[in-house]
Amino acid sequence: MTRPVVIVGASMGGLRAAETLRKSGYAGRLVVIGDEPHAPYNRPPLSKEVLAEQVDHAAVAFPIAEVLEDVEWVLGNAVVSSDLDAQTITLADDTVIEYNLLIIATGLRPRRLSMPGAPTRGAHAIRTLDDAMALRPELKPGAKVVVYGAGFIGCEAAATATKLGASVTVVGKGPVPMLRPLGHQLAEDIQRRHEAHGVRFVMKTQLTEILGDDKVTGVVLDNGETLECDVLIESIGSLPNTEFLEGNDIDIASGVHVNSTLHALHQNGTPWSNVFAIGDVARFPIPQFDPTTRRVEHWNIPTEMARKVGKQVALQLGEDAEAHATELAKNFAPIPSFWSDQFEVSLLAYGLLDQGEEVRLLEGEVGGDCIYGYFKGEDMVGVCGIGMRSKVMSYRNKVGLTATA
Amino acid sequence: MLKIHVDMEKCQHYGQCVFDAPNVFRLNDDDKLEYEATADDSEQDNVQLAVDICPMQAITFTKAD
Repeated sequence: MTRPVVIVGASMGGLRAAETLRKSGYAGRLVVIGDEPHAPYNRPPLSKEVLAEQVDHAAVAFPIAEVLEDVEWVLGNAVVSSDLDAQTITLADDTVIEYNLLIIATGLRPRRLSMPGAPTRGAHAIRTLDDAMALRPELKPGAKVVVYGAGFIGCEAAATATKLGASVTVVGKGPVPMLRPLGHQLAEDIQRRHEAHGVRFVMKTQLTEILGDDKVTGVVLDNGETLECDVLIESIGSLPNTEFLEGNDIDIASGVHVNSTLHALHQNGTPWSNVFAIGDVARFPIPQFDPTTRRVEHWNIPTEMARKVGKQVALQLGEDAEAHATELAKNFAPIPSFWSDQFEVSLLAYGLLDQGEEVRLLEGEVGGDCIYGYFKGEDMVGVCGIGMRSKVMSYRNKVGLTATA
Repeated sequence: MLKIHVDMEKCQHYGQCVFDAPNVFRLNDDDKLEYEATADDSEQDNVQLAVDICPMQAITFTKAD
């Protein structure tokens, strides 16, 4: 039997890679492996609809295109180890799969608090469908909720929980929520809007203890304060799922390091010819910004990487060497893009806001609908709007560094 | 001919589709999605990209003669 193309990760990135491989002419064996029991599903509704309504997997499942009819799905079975020289991966149930070509799309998992003896019932993270469905029945009117971690996921969860009638306190390390991605001005503005809806923020503070025997009843903070709560939502960042690659000569410091054709790299920086990484787990250069490599946890990235890798791999395994060379000459150069809905605040951003050294109000006014530009010298490296979406979109192609364009 | 449908109950007007299929989807001055209910077959690839990238998975299309 011929060795298949194996995609590790059955979320959006893995699904789109499989589709693109087929649409680009790859007709050989294709195996997609996922650690969750569910077929690929859409995550954005998890922090909103899935928490607020009685929806299940069917409501968020991605449609499976006809071209994927003969894909071999392996679900509910994680990849636990690999031997990239022998071209094999091993699953949790000890199955060994030999591959011709490997596409890594394993994503991230939430970082969780580790406090010996702390109760686990009542403590939640939000990443998977099962996470959201476990949290949903706890967000009742009157429930006391502590959100630990004041990034996007924490702030979105705080807004959703408040709308469901819970009483919410957000505890965060920084001086304001979402400081790194948004910068001070915008972050303060959004904090004020949350507070107007009754969300309480306890900033510059860390959690030191979780109270309760078998179920969370409260948390102790390093400012001495004790907060009673029924629910603790941990939103303290995420970790790349790369453990199964350990022991190989591959750079997996903070995600799988890939080059601008999305080839995974050896520790000395030379590419593996038959190993690629896409999506949240990949750490990649964005040529229009700077040579730094970074993971970018934005919506459009997995799909755009999957489209590139799917096409590239189909050509690599096809007959047309010239078409493959043409595709390889194209660098992956996405425009990062994210949005976030928190109460009436509807954020839309392009670029890398955290690269900005100066923030300027471009349109509108603080406290209302407005657009901020994030500048490095005279170059706009990011743009973010509250409302004014069509105007924000018109700035999309203007972000980047002129020196590298 | 393509027949395009957007479930406006699901649509959150994120505008991701606008970049993949600008001839079919746009945001109006009130930042609400507007779209062409029919499009030429030549738009099929772009519309499929828009379907895939929609964060709310609100777009569907069929091919009609």
